[in-house]
Amino acid sequence: MREQIRQILNSQEQPTVTVLSSLIAVQDSIHYLPDEAIKETATFCGSTINEVWSVASFYTNFRFTAPGEKTLDVCWGPSCHILGAQQVLDSVQSALEVKEEGESPDGKVTLKYNTCLGACAQGPVIAVDHHLIGKQTAESAAKIARELRGLDG
Amino acid sequence: MGSTDNYPADPEYQRPPLPETTGNTDQMPTIFEELQARAAKRWDELTSGESAWIRVGGGTSGQAVGADAVFDAFKSSVESTGVNANVSMVSAMGLMYLEPQVDVLMPNGSRVFYGNVEPEEAQTIVEQHVKNGEPLIDRAYAYSGGDGSGVGNLPELSSLPMVALQHRIATRNFGETDPHDLLQYVANGGYQALNRALTEMTPEEIVDEVKAAGLRGRGGAAFPAGVKWSFLAPSTAPVKYVLCNCEEGDPGAFNDKGIIENDPHTLVEGLIINGYATRSTHGYIFIRTGHELPIESVRKAIAAAYEAELLGKNILGSDFSFDMEVSLTGDSYVAGEETALMEAIEGKRATPRFKPPFPAAAGLWQKPTNINNVKTLAYVPEIVRNGSDWFKSIGTETTSGTAIVCLSGHITYPGMYEVPMGMTIREVLEKIGGGVSDGERIKVLQAGGPLNGLLGVEAFDTMIDFDAMSAAGASIGSGGIIVGNETTDVVDLLRSLIAFNQFESCGKCFPCRLGNTHMLEILDRMCQNKAKSADLALLERVGTSMKAGSLCGHGQLGFNPIASALKYFGDEIISTLAGEIAPGGVYGDGTMILPTRTRP
Repeated sequence: MREQIRQILNSQEQPTVTVLSSLIAVQDSIHYLPDEAIKETATFCGSTINEVWSVASFYTNFRFTAPGEKTLDVCWGPSCHILGAQQVLDSVQSALEVKEEGESPDGKVTLKYNTCLGACAQGPVIAVDHHLIGKQTAESAAKIARELRGLDG
Repeated sequence: MGSTDNYPADPEYQRPPLPETTGNTDQMPTIFEELQARAAKRWDELTSGESAWIRVGGGTSGQAVGADAVFDAFKSSVESTGVNANVSMVSAMGLMYLEPQVDVLMPNGSRVFYGNVEPEEAQTIVEQHVKNGEPLIDRAYAYSGGDGSGVGNLPELSSLPMVALQHRIATRNFGETDPHDLLQYVANGGYQALNRALTEMTPEEIVDEVKAAGLRGRGGAAFPAGVKWSFLAPSTAPVKYVLCNCEEGDPGAFNDKGIIENDPHTLVEGLIINGYATRSTHGYIFIRTGHELPIESVRKAIAAAYEAELLGKNILGSDFSFDMEVSLTGDSYVAGEETALMEAIEGKRATPRFKPPFPAAAGLWQKPTNINNVKTLAYVPEIVRNGSDWFKSIGTETTSGTAIVCLSGHITYPGMYEVPMGMTIREVLEKIGGGVSDGERIKVLQAGGPLNGLLGVEAFDTMIDFDAMSAAGASIGSGGIIVGNETTDVVDLLRSLIAFNQFESCGKCFPCRLGNTHMLEILDRMCQNKAKSADLALLERVGTSMKAGSLCGHGQLGFNPIASALKYFGDEIISTLAGEIAPGGVYGDGTMILPTRTRP
């Protein structure tokens, strides 16, 4: 793991490399930030573990445990809200058997709340592994969620 | 632990010699003329050759309703049918209610537009329209070009109200060009402004031109861009930065990302000109990670610009050198505040700094810095190309140019529309947006992002113009307008706005961090019919403290939604407080799944 993280940190292509860019690079590759990522980033950037944690805990996209096989984002921003995002969120939570953000009991799907996915004209919007799907209803979103778990739609 | 100066990429470039009156006028052809010649050839191949050109509208919005699958279907249909046609994924036109959208340009110059296209229809369109030359009139919504005899009974594209009423400057290439092809941008007038700036104008002349154009910042504050540029220009520091803010977290606004993903070169060109005018050395485009399409689009544009000598050392053979890169941030709304943004580029927590010092004196890595919104910069190439008088002639006395309005919510034709400043909200909603989507009436608008106000019907005749909007208690802000019909519960909508603001408070100033939490608790009580009589006064007190005690707009403006709701929907709020209205929210019992959180 450490070796893999070092490799990720070293292969950042953009000219400006910072604590934040390093954490983004690690999460892009292994989908979460294990403890090793915090330590290696601190070493790599000449920073302290404390400082790296302060950055990692600030930005809400970072997570510290391995996610499910698929990630399902549900937008709850005011634009989607007006079009029924609450019902979408509610039915997705039932389909995934979760009460808040987090993994379905089978570990297959991670539910994530999103404040704006950027396709407001097609709301309510959800996204599967960053791939946006617009014009959702409670039923259509629950179907997608169940299918992601390998259950019948 | 290194000081910020030890960051690996903190640049230690020597400042290039200040450009005098540069120019390559006697050498023929110049680098730019060669580029233009290649671009013209490319555009001719696409538009006047023997092949048809099938353009599929892409973008985040198009992809959310399946544009990728439509594009693939057209590619394979063209291959299997063996017709002579190019298929491109181009920028989105902005008419998002018609997505996925496809148009076919035939070699005779006639172009026909299809909306809401399913992948299954590709084969039929390719066979009948492209191969047999018989457009599917029943499936199309408009045409353009051709020999003047029209196409069936289809209306001309430019006669549709949602097209006719627009004045497209920053979005001029939307629906026309492939955003990943530099040559298509150049073929449509691209980089002429940069070439003109480098060969004919001094930096001071450009700053004066932008000032004279009356271009006001489109990020929300509406400060004159040319004046802001003039703060940075005189500094003789060896390293100076120009930053472009695309941290567009506002729900309901998608025009910044829209420009970046649909026409990234207009932004890149604008930022290079911004760099030249302020004699800066480096540019950063700042955007949130996870928005893959705009990020990919602008990265490709920057790489292509380097390749074509539009970036890097001695741009287009001039004395001016300038570097540009994309800086990604994590999820944080406050990262869009200008000093928090600099903290994020430096890799730290995105919390606002105290001012002074102002960015022009000590900004990114304590170097002189200038920061502009995407939309502001996207106008710059056209201002330099066509002159300030031209730009000044569009819009109103105090706000020249256009507004890029994003319509979403209960509206018939959601989309992204660039309209001249001075149009009324009602015209935009009714003539362009087609009115409310389901036969009900429009009750409420949320304009300009979650730190700005709600508007009621009384305000619909307000002109879209920075000053008129702010007098009405709202703001153009980010350009988003979320429409709510008669079924919209104002208190429930307020709760969702304050929930957003609470979630996104960076936590640095406690009036904002705790104030938003308190306001959310009160609104939640109201929605569940558990409000107390003193709650309204309490809300107002919290709002006043937030305004007085917060460092940046997130706290200072945090009470705006409630203040404006009291102005337009006072009766409804008072009734809710008094328990006379049934609990709001979508469940009838007023509950809402609230992702409350306070940043550690």
